Amino acid sequence: MNDLHRLTIHESHTLLKEKKISSVELTRAVLKYLESIDGKIRACMRITAEQAMASAAAADKAIAEGRCSPLTGVPAIIKDNMCTRGITTTCGSKMLENFVPPYNAHVIEKLNSVNAVMVGKANMDEFAMGSSTENSAFFTTHNPWKLDCVPGGSSGGSAAAVAADACIYALGSDTGGSIRQPAGFCGVAGLKPTYGRVSRYGLVAFASSLDQIGPLAKDVTDAALIMNVISGHDKRDSTTVPLEVPDYTRALKIDIKGLKVGVPREYLVEGMQPAVRKAIETAAKKLAELGALVEWNVSLPNTRYGLAAYYILAPSEASANLARYDGVKYGYSYRETTSMWESMEKTKQFGFGAEVKRRIMLGTYALSAGYYDAYYLKAQKVRTLIKRDFDRAFEKYDVLVTPTSPTVAFQIGEKSDDPLQMYLSDICTLPINIAGVPAISIPAGFADGLPVGMQFIGKHFGEETLLRAAFAYEQATPWHKQKPVIA
Amino acid sequence: MKLTDEEVRHIALLARLGISDAEVEKFRNQLSNILENFDILSQADTEGLPPTAQSIALENIFRPDEAGPSLPVDDVLANAPDREENCFKVNAVLE
Repeated sequence: MNDLHRLTIHESHTLLKEKKISSVELTRAVLKYLESIDGKIRACMRITAEQAMASAAAADKAIAEGRCSPLTGVPAIIKDNMCTRGITTTCGSKMLENFVPPYNAHVIEKLNSVNAVMVGKANMDEFAMGSSTENSAFFTTHNPWKLDCVPGGSSGGSAAAVAADACIYALGSDTGGSIRQPAGFCGVAGLKPTYGRVSRYGLVAFASSLDQIGPLAKDVTDAALIMNVISGHDKRDSTTVPLEVPDYTRALKIDIKGLKVGVPREYLVEGMQPAVRKAIETAAKKLAELGALVEWNVSLPNTRYGLAAYYILAPSEASANLARYDGVKYGYSYRETTSMWESMEKTKQFGFGAEVKRRIMLGTYALSAGYYDAYYLKAQKVRTLIKRDFDRAFEKYDVLVTPTSPTVAFQIGEKSDDPLQMYLSDICTLPINIAGVPAISIPAGFADGLPVGMQFIGKHFGEETLLRAAFAYEQATPWHKQKPVIA
Repeated sequence: MKLTDEEVRHIALLARLGISDAEVEKFRNQLSNILENFDILSQADTEGLPPTAQSIALENIFRPDEAGPSLPVDDVLANAPDREENCFKVNAVLE
């Protein structure tokens, strides 16, 4: 069988279950394609071929014994900020260039428990800080649709690999848009679950009140199948909630008659690309055609404070989280001195890249004596305002629909010297993390040959409604079937 | 909000982040520009509002205080930049 790498999870599962293919065949095909194409895309920090083939053989044994759940034997790429025991986990940073975790992240344990197969670790912006992968300490990933464009970030390697069919699915993490924005730029499905839905145990911490792990997938069905495996309470992450995990595939019904959809006007921002606006308006009309009750003039009035609040809260938390990289226990360590303080300062100076340093500085400033009330505390109060905007909107609407980003993928190098311009790329995604609600980005058309992402936002633990709306739209449109031709 | 070189060096010291002269100038400009844009927050009416630290109303999660297995010492020390016996080795803290 040709082109096995192009399969979705649900297609792979059917073939594996009916024993028409083996996981070893599927994994070999994916690895062969990934290795042939990654010189152009550069999605992977490392390809883990040997371990993948061993996992595939184990998956085939499980399938022969009758244990074949939807992810069994299906090859995935994992963002390089999730700890994988015995496999280097760099987090895109020189600081962790040689870090080999002594344990697995919770999500890796979950994948292992169903005999999933990991074929590689994905490139990312350093410590997940960035919107393009240009902040990776090692190299930049290319957008499969246009190789001179960024794939988005920070989960850019994960999104590019899925879009290029270089794996069957991927995991990413999302602190202010890091799953959804690259999913939008690359034309795949990317879901940020509700805060507390998926354990972050073993995820390298960035901003702990905002970080979530989630799927990047070729379609909405696959996103639901991944959510079924990775969701749930974990006592090692006390922010996970002890709620039942539903079977998310039950939400995949092509029926959105009467679904109340709001289009917040503040997300159709000034400066957004006209083609993106048009795609989202056309998509919202499509939802109405499918029976949804679309209200166009919804207001989330505090959206305008989202960017500033986020870029105070996230760097503040990061400045505390990243204080652990002191060159003592693991990671890069500057040792050309006998002074403890000099060793610590130079470890950070040489181990961190420019954006990470910028955020540590910003966060340290916002938390420092004399500025705490004006910046950090103020931002936390604005967080309350933003959260209440969503609470109020969800009293009237089941889902909100917005663009995922104000533009399609930009050129490599276009914004890398201007941090504020780069931050603006996440203007439609970061309020969602501030409020802790779930959101999914799915493809909703093209502009200049690049995918346009549409974001569905739901209420806390409303993933089923999100998936239902996204699935109905996806099944009524051709976008998810379109694939890049990689030149 | 325009930062001075001294403020930039002070912030770096608080973070124990080594910083070159070129970085002082770069961060002074960039951080000043970013902070100026964040002045928009002063327009938000937050009078009487409580701060939100995280978005889900979970608090004080307890677990039983029971001993469980830990990682083997050699696994924990495998990534250490320097070790001596079962310890992380660092430069002298007290002279």
